[in-house]
Amino acid sequence: MVPLEWYIWLSTVVFGIGVFGFLARRNIIIMFISIELMLNAVNMSLVSFGTHLHDLRGQILSFFVITVAAAEAAIGLAIIIALFRNKATAHVDDMTEMKG
Amino acid sequence: MASQAIFIYLAIAIIALSVTVITRKNPVHSIVFMLLLFFHIAGLYLTLNAEFLAAIQVIVYAGAILVLFLFVVLMLNLKEEVIERRYIGLWPLGLLLAVALLGTVLTTLKSISTGTKGIFSPELLKSETPTKVLAEVLYTEYLFPFEIASVVLLVAIVGAIVLAKKRLKS
Repeated sequence: MVPLEWYIWLSTVVFGIGVFGFLARRNIIIMFISIELMLNAVNMSLVSFGTHLHDLRGQILSFFVITVAAAEAAIGLAIIIALFRNKATAHVDDMTEMKG
Repeated sequence: MASQAIFIYLAIAIIALSVTVITRKNPVHSIVFMLLLFFHIAGLYLTLNAEFLAAIQVIVYAGAILVLFLFVVLMLNLKEEVIERRYIGLWPLGLLLAVALLGTVLTTLKSISTGTKGIFSPELLKSETPTKVLAEVLYTEYLFPFEIASVVLLVAIVGAIVLAKKRLKS
């Protein structure tokens, strides 16, 4: 039996990688992929908590997280398409419309 | 012992693949590595007796969300993105923040205390099959959140169409 801590460590490391990708990349699509990575890390920790506590609510919660991730991907990619149509770039450095 | 070896393989593969996803220059490459990553995460769910969630991971994430990402990347013309630099100027600050977050969570993890165990023991799951037990809880206790989830998806569909459609000439 694999201890619970191992799963939480793995999930934390993947979450940290996602945070770094979101903060440091210039490409807005890669930033979106980093958000998906973070949601996956949270799902992993939820499922492992649920299994180790003999409770199914972790799995049900991660089911809802997957639903929200799907909705977020649809909306976010539509926003990227609308943005690309107006600015013709996917770099966050060039999004300076609100600079005042 | 075998389960620990499987976990170690899956953990190394997941961490290596997520680093690869974040550092690729070409978004198409990172999406393909993301596909591999999702299959490994589905394997991790299988080691946790969550077979339904493993299937959902493959169908929804690898099948639907990733195809959506791939379509968008291929739709946008990202030729000049590939030759430019990948990271923003302040990327060491991002690395510092991510490492600080990682350290904070990993040090607070020692004082974690789990509550009492629930009724869904592995023996029960094995006798009833995990998917059936999960469905019984989902469709009785969590029926209302389930309906809310369908409304969320409907709103997302309508919003995506409104945002992505071309402006009509009036």
